[in-house]
Amino acid sequence: MTTTTTQPDPGLSPDGDLRIVGKPLPRVDAVGKLTGATAYADDIELPGTLFVKFLRSPHPHARVLSVDTSGATSMSGVAAVITGSDLPTKYGIMPTTQDERALENEKVRFVGDPVAAVAAVDEETALAACRAIHVEYQRLEAIESIEQALLSPTDEPIHDDYAGPGNIHRLAALEFGDVDEGFAKSDHLREDVFFFEGNTHLAMEQHSSTATYVGDQLTLWSSTQTPHYVHRALSKVLDLPMSHIRVVAATIGGGFGGKCDPFSHEMVVCKLAMLTGRPVKCTLTREEVFYAHRGRHPVLMWVRTGVARDGKILAMHFRTALDGGAYGSYGPASTLYTGALQTTTYNIPAYRFEGVRVFTNKAPCGPKRGHGTPQPRFALELHLDKIAQEIGLDPVELRRRNYVKPHTRTVNQLRITSCGIEEVTDRVVQASGFADRIRRPGHGMGFAVSSYMCGAGLPIYWNKMPHSECVLQVSRGGVTLFCGATDIGQGSDSVLATVAAEELGLWPTDIRLVTGDTGFAPVDLGSYSSRVTFMAGNAALMAARKMRGILVGVAAEQMGCSPSVVEVCDGKIGELAFEDAAVLAQERFGVLSTHGTYTPPSDLGGSFRGAGVGPSPAYSYSAAVVDLDVDPRSGEIHLNKVWLAHDIGRSINSLAVKGQVEGGVYMGLGEALMEAQAYRHGLHRQPSMLDYKSPTFLEMPDVETILVETLDPEGPYGAKEVGQGPLLPVIPAVASAVHDALGVWVDEVPVTPDKIMRALDDLAKGREGRFGPKHFPDVPYPTMHKVASPDAAPTTL
Amino acid sequence: MSEALVSAIGSREVLRLSVNGQDREVLVKPYATLMEVLREDLRLTGTKHGCETGECGACTVLIDGVPKLSCLVLPAQAEGTGVTTIEGVATGSTLHPVQQAFMDAGAVQCGYCTPGMVLTAKALLDANPAPSVGEIKGALAGNLCRCTGYVGIVEAVQEAGRALA
Repeated sequence: MTTTTTQPDPGLSPDGDLRIVGKPLPRVDAVGKLTGATAYADDIELPGTLFVKFLRSPHPHARVLSVDTSGATSMSGVAAVITGSDLPTKYGIMPTTQDERALENEKVRFVGDPVAAVAAVDEETALAACRAIHVEYQRLEAIESIEQALLSPTDEPIHDDYAGPGNIHRLAALEFGDVDEGFAKSDHLREDVFFFEGNTHLAMEQHSSTATYVGDQLTLWSSTQTPHYVHRALSKVLDLPMSHIRVVAATIGGGFGGKCDPFSHEMVVCKLAMLTGRPVKCTLTREEVFYAHRGRHPVLMWVRTGVARDGKILAMHFRTALDGGAYGSYGPASTLYTGALQTTTYNIPAYRFEGVRVFTNKAPCGPKRGHGTPQPRFALELHLDKIAQEIGLDPVELRRRNYVKPHTRTVNQLRITSCGIEEVTDRVVQASGFADRIRRPGHGMGFAVSSYMCGAGLPIYWNKMPHSECVLQVSRGGVTLFCGATDIGQGSDSVLATVAAEELGLWPTDIRLVTGDTGFAPVDLGSYSSRVTFMAGNAALMAARKMRGILVGVAAEQMGCSPSVVEVCDGKIGELAFEDAAVLAQERFGVLSTHGTYTPPSDLGGSFRGAGVGPSPAYSYSAAVVDLDVDPRSGEIHLNKVWLAHDIGRSINSLAVKGQVEGGVYMGLGEALMEAQAYRHGLHRQPSMLDYKSPTFLEMPDVETILVETLDPEGPYGAKEVGQGPLLPVIPAVASAVHDALGVWVDEVPVTPDKIMRALDDLAKGREGRFGPKHFPDVPYPTMHKVASPDAAPTTL
Repeated sequence: MSEALVSAIGSREVLRLSVNGQDREVLVKPYATLMEVLREDLRLTGTKHGCETGECGACTVLIDGVPKLSCLVLPAQAEGTGVTTIEGVATGSTLHPVQQAFMDAGAVQCGYCTPGMVLTAKALLDANPAPSVGEIKGALAGNLCRCTGYVGIVEAVQEAGRALA
């Protein structure tokens, strides 16, 4: 496999010769969204559409003994009723998690697991027909917690697709370097236990899908972040060749990871379109979206770190236990992510990670912004705060003494290239006055750092296709860019248009985009792992530079000069208007088409089992300071301000980057303070937007965004990610600020007033002043896999 | 159940609504919400539904200039009023200053909350051309957004106020 990264001139100044890259330009899709003209998936309604409703399990865990649909099929207005026997093939996002059915006919594993689906002339009729379906269940013991899942099941394990034991889904045990030796050499050892409650994406748009099946061609329009993977899953479940399936990601009203899995409703509308020959549509209700979930895993964590007298980390042992909910989803990756990126911020010479993911009878967890890394980041940053306090070192200084350096390998073999961790620390500490703050009662400031991937280094299933491809077509003077990338609101369409426009001397709005469409656009793996700017951006850059070369060549010939002196800007190729140059080239060559691809380098990580999670062509770095006041009488937190410095590599669009930082800070604050996807007896405690608390305008403090540009050697124009990274340091910085304010530790997310009061109560009783989990459960981890250390010498790029 | 349903479907009523300055006559189920009538009968899909229970603000429309959650309004309640949806805010293809300010300030990301935000902001600025940050936050607090952290939206409303002044 060849590496196809484009190498920008690393010496280019932040503004360089770039005309539009980096400027605060409006999004290319803003007008449609501002006027109501943009059609989201639920706004699509084709003539003759049938509407789908689901019958879902009311039980967290039960065998399905029988399903009688006769009452539904006979109802007027009902076109078709299907059950598990109509869609028996299992699927899942990963090759190792093919454990769900679109409709269950053997057993249900969470409240909301779909059992039957009805297509009818309208939603009311479909709903009434669902109520006429009779299902006989045999209830089984419901598994509700990590601890319970680790015991032998009374009835039976939730799944029989996995080796177990019991309800264990995935185990990991990896050691890099000699951890015992590191602990033995340490002057100071500390252990802590933390818990991070699950939470959900709460995208404003509910998932919606419409399918048609006409002349052996299936088309699905869906709110999906990953049309490429939905395409594959549909082919498997429907037993149709991929060449007869087209998946179109409609305009998406927010993703955050919640639309990354292939979903039951997507399979079902397709199957019903095939059965009825009519367009079939399903929009989930808000309550159904809460149960569709695939959000943040609840994670219990234990960490032991040994440091030298000067604060240098000598060894770390990190344990995690993830509550996976009812299905596999991204679980094996989620598990490994809870252990992978501790080393991308701190130089940890010896590192041991043990992780376990268990099945429980709750809505399945999956990826949410930061996938598997906000939980350990929360634990790690607070743990370091506590070590700093114990050894009498400033918490920022302790971190600085352990920061990774650019162009190095971590102990778990991750390749670090550009790295602005020092700069983001300096900038955020300076801007916030963190070091010189004047103390007053109830006031606190907290600091934390983090890093995140610019795209996963490996695809979700093994294949050698490029991770992203673009086709650029110029015809009749117009430019169209085709790419599988999916704009979920993060602005990836604008990034692609900006890259193409920069190279062709046009404006972003001059570029027509065909994206997120498996029928018309080439491969892009999807909007996850913060991969799109880096990977699709590079593919667009390659395609655009080729097109520029063609147009410059034709213009140079026309002008009778060397191509090297032809300027491309302001809608002109040399002396020719862009359109004229394009038509001239088309006269000569026919329709102009170039393509660009991106495949990550192959040497980003190791080759041990589990090494596929963590490698990335680059890492972004973020640092946060949170300033807040806490009322010691009520535990109520008032946020004053958040400073967030982010190593963006280079901004492709500084306005969009600022928006992503602010959105990441906001989502981090929501998770830190209030959001919780919690259950009682298998039922979601708050499956509505009123009860599931998220910050409003009134809770949101001022945010000062500071962008640090490190010009990554492999990113497009040096750009790195911003969609996920800035969320990460916010959560520990909130908990740290609460400690700074009141002297108590809340070692559990969300940090709510009741937990603060209980920690204060603990302090008042002369104890350590802490709220959090007391111990980590016994887990039957496998034999430790000791991975040989890589060469410690800096990597040459 | 199904008999009740059939009888309900049978009892529709004719309503006259004024939407974006145009008189519209619609035949609606008596229990349909204004949001459903706007989206499904009049195909004005710029009005979004995020929860259908009055919690998120995505379906906000203006009724006689006042922001209302269209998922909690019965169409009959809107008879004799002027309903403004997001489709009625721009003048032809020229954006309203509030829309322009949202665009320039980067206050739009996924865009799903945007119609409700723009309409609520427009109502605020129509009543109070120079609101403080606190007044902006208070007026918009019923509209949730998951993308922007609200920062760009506050900036956009301030800028729109200046543009309208």
